[in-house]
Amino acid sequence: MTTMEPLTVIAEDGATNGYDPGLSEEELLHCYRTMLRVRAFDEICLKLQRSGRIGFSIPNLGIEATQVGGASAFKKSDWLFPSYRDFGMALFHGVTPLDMMHNMYGNGLDTSKGRQMPVHFSFVDPIHFVSISSPIGTHIPQAVGAAYAAQVRGEDTAVLASFGDGGTSSLGFHSGLNFAGVWKSPVVFLCQNNGWAISCPIEEQSATDGFAVKAQAYGMPGVVVDGNDLLAVRKVTLEAVERARNGDGPTLIEAKTFRMGGHSTSDDPYKYVPAEQYEEWGKKDPVDRFERFLEASGLWKKGGRDELYAEALAEMSAAAAKAQSTKAPGLETIFSDVYADVPAHLRSQGEFLFELGKRRGDADAGGGEFPL
Amino acid sequence: MVTLTLLQALTDGMKTAMRKDESVLVFGEDVGKRGGVFLTTEGLQEEFSKQRCFDTPLSEDGIVGAAIGMAMNGMRPVAEIQFQDFIFPAFDQIVSEAAKLRYRSGGQYTCPLVIRTPYGGGIRGGLYHSQSGEAYFCHTPGLKVVIPSTPHDAKGLLIAAIEDPDPVLFLEPKALYRSVKGEVPEEHYTVDLSTLREVQSGSDVTVFCYGAMVPIVTKAANRAEENGIKTCVVDLRTLLPLDEEGVLEFAKKTGRVVVVHEAPRFCGFGAEISALIAENAIEYMEAPIARVTGFDTPFPNTLEHHYMPDDRRVLDAIEHVFNY
Ligand SMILES: Cc1ncc(C[n+]2csc(CCOP(=O)(O)OP(=O)(O)O)c2C)c(N)n1
Ligand SMILES: [Mg+2]
Repeated sequence: MTTMEPLTVIAEDGATNGYDPGLSEEELLHCYRTMLRVRAFDEICLKLQRSGRIGFSIPNLGIEATQVGGASAFKKSDWLFPSYRDFGMALFHGVTPLDMMHNMYGNGLDTSKGRQMPVHFSFVDPIHFVSISSPIGTHIPQAVGAAYAAQVRGEDTAVLASFGDGGTSSLGFHSGLNFAGVWKSPVVFLCQNNGWAISCPIEEQSATDGFAVKAQAYGMPGVVVDGNDLLAVRKVTLEAVERARNGDGPTLIEAKTFRMGGHSTSDDPYKYVPAEQYEEWGKKDPVDRFERFLEASGLWKKGGRDELYAEALAEMSAAAAKAQSTKAPGLETIFSDVYADVPAHLRSQGEFLFELGKRRGDADAGGGEFPL
Repeated sequence: MVTLTLLQALTDGMKTAMRKDESVLVFGEDVGKRGGVFLTTEGLQEEFSKQRCFDTPLSEDGIVGAAIGMAMNGMRPVAEIQFQDFIFPAFDQIVSEAAKLRYRSGGQYTCPLVIRTPYGGGIRGGLYHSQSGEAYFCHTPGLKVVIPSTPHDAKGLLIAAIEDPDPVLFLEPKALYRSVKGEVPEEHYTVDLSTLREVQSGSDVTVFCYGAMVPIVTKAANRAEENGIKTCVVDLRTLLPLDEEGVLEFAKKTGRVVVVHEAPRFCGFGAEISALIAENAIEYMEAPIARVTGFDTPFPNTLEHHYMPDDRRVLDAIEHVFNY
């Protein structure tokens, strides 16, 4: 069964028609704050990139409700296989901005030891936020495998695979969904349809009307949801998670949203995104929408956002300052973690590098700005 | 003659080929309106229409598979893979299909296509925007593997690749896209796919290299010169089919050889050069062959400048084989 009309919960005026999201006041405010923190994190990263402190970042503007609403349906014992544009999922579950900033700087305290590009986070704590790979779609069948492992052990783990509209063209999407359908895997596939894959519009990505319809081909339900409506995303994701935990198999969710910024901090989207699209989607801001819901429910007073946002900016700047003053990884990290043990040939290559530095001085760091 | 960057020379090469032959098509992810993420295909869609220069869905397997079909059926596709690191979903199409089509059909079907893709480090791209995967492909009979290092060669080799009757993997050193400039003829010309190029002559040590390593080796050679070591620098340009005769000739000239590449050492292209010389010219050798390469690890991010061979490491090897 595939729905075609995007499900919405929060109406224009903030009313929810009696829908109970099953979240406490504190939890609802956490959702709101998380979206603002994503925004603040983005703003600081853009400044850092423009001033040459970090090489690259990925803007999340416009997608915050999909990230946070989706993530809110999962427990700490679940597994997330995120995309590179899922900062809100990490922040929602309690990954600290400092840990994220360490990755942005690729410093010695980065969980990936400075080996990955910025935004390629990897966390096991407080939730499995699986190490992000650049090749699109590779994580989708991996999510199905992780779910199988949990099934075998009789655990009630649900697994999220998150990807973009472009990701649906990858080999991993098709094999992943096919396997999950056959195995009735406890996986939620969240396709964040944000209109564009770099400069490729959705009409050139797929001839189907949206992406949820692809679920049919793999024998699972497909659901379309308004991705700028946090509660709607939460609702459909919770239902999918419940199906997963009950042994009823996977779901493909398509969250219709919009990438309000460029693909990355090095991209100029004004060259290819029609201005009308920004205008249209600018009116549908997900944070405004959720704020109206909070106001209508008496949980929030108009005008409180500035203070909260200023707080978030201060938090992110402090994290950035700390990450910036953290030392780079040591040379040994080039050679460790290739295998469980360092084999002889790598040991001798490492020794050579150390000895070369002593003999001929250090390598020149150079500039190295990332073009996309 | 005009002065162009390596990237501009590639754009010019594609335009020249497209003007000459209507069957030349250029496509891949973001190559149309955006002109490619590096802007290599900028202006092509405007000049040649959406039918001849276009974006594809996000599938490298689809891009190369479709290119093979076009090539079989009379077109000259030039497919772009956005980063060489993302070519692996197309590995099957390249290795099992494009490279073997002529052989398995007894010459009935052929596959004159070009796959262009930026490779190599130096842009803080980490594991997946930096790799040098030439060795995977050089192990594939039926493919040609080409890597330019100057604007002149970039244009001439690319046109030759497009006009070649067989599949060519055209690896573009992204670190050189904008950092090297040179004189390029405005008209159509080709550079032969299978001859190396002597970058500079020298009688003491021969260094074989290609792509982004060429300027680094040249810098090291100049530093060696200051210490009285005359270094001959050779740019291989086409790795497959390799100019074996040329390699042996330049190896014999000095009897002291260094091979430099960015890719990991183990089973890297340097091993092929070393074996070729060991098999055919060992009696000319005055010193063991030295390899300067990336380490046998994935490509790091923050420490990439320690990972990639630099003039310091190349000079170290030149002096080592010279003083042996
Ligand atoms: C296999 C592969 N091909 C190409 C790329 C280059 N690339 C990075 S992001 C991207 C577009 C992805 O679009 P989408 O899946 O819609 O996600 P979004 O960026 O919109 O969140 C492309 C083509 C890649 N990372 N991996
Ligand atoms: Mg997208």
